[in-house]
Amino acid sequence: MQRIGVFVCHCGSNIAATVDVSKVAEMALMEPGVVHAEDYQYMCSEAGQAKIQDAIHEKKLSGIVVCSCSPRMHEATFRKAAERAGLNPYMVEIANIREHCSWIHKDMEEATKKAVILMRAAVAKVNLNTPLKPGESRVTKRALIIGGGIAGIQTALDIADAGYEVDIVEKTPSIGGRMSQLDKTFPTLDCSACILTPKMVEASAHEKIKIYTYSEVEKVSGFVGDFTVDIRKKARSVDMDKCTGCGVCQEKCPSKKAPSEFNRGLNNRSAIYTPFAQAIPNVPVIDREACIKFKTGKCGICSKVCQAGAIDYEQKDEIITEKYGAIVVATGFDTINLDKYDEYAYSQSKDVITSLELERVMNAAGPTHGHLERLSDGKAPKEMVFIQCVGSRCSDDRGKPYCSKICCMYTAKHAMLIRDKYPDVNVTVFYIDVRTPGKNFDEFYRRAVEQYGVNYIKGQVGKVIPQPDGKLLVQGSDLLDNKQILKEADMVVLATAIEPNPDVRKIATMLTASIDTNNFLTEAHAKLRPVESPTAGIFLSGVCQGPKDIPETVAQAGAAAVKAIGLLAKDKLLTNPCTAHSDELLCNGCSTCENVCPYGAITYEDKEVNDHGIREVRRLAVVNSALCQGCGACTVACPSGAMDLQGFSNRQIIAEVDAICR
Amino acid sequence: MSIENKSFRPKIVAFCCNWCSYAGADLAGSSRLSYPADVKIIRVPCSCRVNPMFILRAFEKGADGVIMCGCHPGDCHYSTGNYYARRRMTLLFSMLDYIGVENGRTRVEWVSAAEGVKFSDTMNSFVEKIHSLGENVRLGDLRCRN
Repeated sequence: MQRIGVFVCHCGSNIAATVDVSKVAEMALMEPGVVHAEDYQYMCSEAGQAKIQDAIHEKKLSGIVVCSCSPRMHEATFRKAAERAGLNPYMVEIANIREHCSWIHKDMEEATKKAVILMRAAVAKVNLNTPLKPGESRVTKRALIIGGGIAGIQTALDIADAGYEVDIVEKTPSIGGRMSQLDKTFPTLDCSACILTPKMVEASAHEKIKIYTYSEVEKVSGFVGDFTVDIRKKARSVDMDKCTGCGVCQEKCPSKKAPSEFNRGLNNRSAIYTPFAQAIPNVPVIDREACIKFKTGKCGICSKVCQAGAIDYEQKDEIITEKYGAIVVATGFDTINLDKYDEYAYSQSKDVITSLELERVMNAAGPTHGHLERLSDGKAPKEMVFIQCVGSRCSDDRGKPYCSKICCMYTAKHAMLIRDKYPDVNVTVFYIDVRTPGKNFDEFYRRAVEQYGVNYIKGQVGKVIPQPDGKLLVQGSDLLDNKQILKEADMVVLATAIEPNPDVRKIATMLTASIDTNNFLTEAHAKLRPVESPTAGIFLSGVCQGPKDIPETVAQAGAAAVKAIGLLAKDKLLTNPCTAHSDELLCNGCSTCENVCPYGAITYEDKEVNDHGIREVRRLAVVNSALCQGCGACTVACPSGAMDLQGFSNRQIIAEVDAICR
Repeated sequence: MSIENKSFRPKIVAFCCNWCSYAGADLAGSSRLSYPADVKIIRVPCSCRVNPMFILRAFEKGADGVIMCGCHPGDCHYSTGNYYARRRMTLLFSMLDYIGVENGRTRVEWVSAAEGVKFSDTMNSFVEKIHSLGENVRLGDLRCRN
């Protein structure tokens, strides 16, 4: 029989306000095996933990039940406390009477009754707990970064500077990401390329960093400390070792009609291309769908003009398999598709553009060489209208329910830059709210209004109507003056909502990392573990976790790096001891468990068993506890009931069911 | 009339996987999204850990409803666990129906860690359903009660 201590936490008033905690403690004493019960204000505090440790010593406790918050919150805390008092940490169970009880029920009697039942279930389980010992697994001292934007680059640099190997996998032909498409950055107005390209160079020159561009993660297996990843290096059709980056092939390429991804389709690029002049690596790729040689078999001009002989039409995709200890997701974002926002005439007029397209228009390397001009007729605009929250903070299913966070600031930036460079252009901004929390952010916005005379109108735009003369009629409302506004504009800029990169779903599934309804990756804890995924060994960097600006992204990238370094710095990891085990006398070697195991952790051995005096050699299932992740699929599949899961055994779960249904 | 005021208080067992649904229930809690206290959650590592035996046991011991929640198909922490769970439960529920436990008393629902609202909505609708079915008397003999 166990000697169980039950500790009921008030959690200040979080639990005590709706659950009669002393009643729960009192009822606990009536449960089998319980020799000690008490309640305390904050069980997780030092004093609370000391109470548990004292009781372990004084009452010689062999099992602990803490009735408190979710085990996802403090199970580890209480296990460590018990361990310090000499108790096996796996003899601790949590009854979740906060998230699953006090916070969702209002009636004290009801909530107390439920808390008592949850306590009983936990006591019933602990009565069957056995001490468990974690195994050890090794750590591959190399990190994988998925995504080569500013988030991925910063994380890679920080990890590499700490002395660990880092591989960056980037889908496009160059690292740099969204930031490389930006012209200037708020609130300092420094040039994006000037602060990004040195980092790109640093990453590519770093002896610890290996960059796979034009590559995608194809398969991930393994677990924290020991992931095995297949990377598909797409055929570049250019030999990276031979290419000198002279650019002649791009000049001479006769196929120049492919829309430039880098310039958001505002102009065209050649079939053999680098996305932008500062691309890293400075090695072009052949877009096989646009290339005449690949389409018709004739052409081959690039091969003829290439002095280095780097063009290789025969090149094939290559799969690289590599081991990693930690994986950082830095897949970034894209702007949403505007098909559902027909009222803004985005698809009807070339002069209605997104803010990211305006970045390209304003950029010296962009389609207009940095001149602000209408994309329809090349004329300089006189009236510009910016529309905020296009698809952000949207209550219907056309857009996104969240605030994209960066739009208020970049619109103020655009407005300011335009007014600065072209003082004769009038700029009007339609907004719902102006949100500028951040260091020097509100000052920046006020400068746009006060110094640069940008006209801010609180209200939404109902419709943008292209006129026969090429102008755009903007119908909006002014909520403060309570009037309708009709405004003729030469250009309309839409602050389009951002969304996580569409590929992130596929990647999250590969990594078994959680994702929310907006496709942002979920953190292990929204406040306390914001850069870790609930899946051990997976870390989050940048907008894949939620909307962020550049400084926040860089800060989070550093934080993700520190978490990854903390993991890579360990030589060994303790593995979860809640693994499957087979009862040798019940197992009949049927192979059912092997078939359902997703980790290949089960093998079969011929072993001699002593079955009630009969000695014979039988084929038996053997679980490799280093590979077993403890899902329990085999325990249910086993037709003879031989397979059981430590820590969540059949008897333990049935004891909980019984306690609840009692 | 709210469910809380009715005299019949069903016993409902919810099996929740540690990675998605249990976390979803935690989110429902921290967002203060209420559902009836009749629901008691048992944490399992994965929905594939839920042995049909546990569900039979619950009904044998007097449960009026059993619900199993896991990660959305394709999002299982262990890659494929919820697919096994889905097949097992489909089979089990059809057999339970055959022996007298109506289909409405059993349910499988996929709730992610970010779906606190869905968790609370699911539990509210499930409890509502159990109320409409009333007490699970049809396994009374199995429980050897008078």
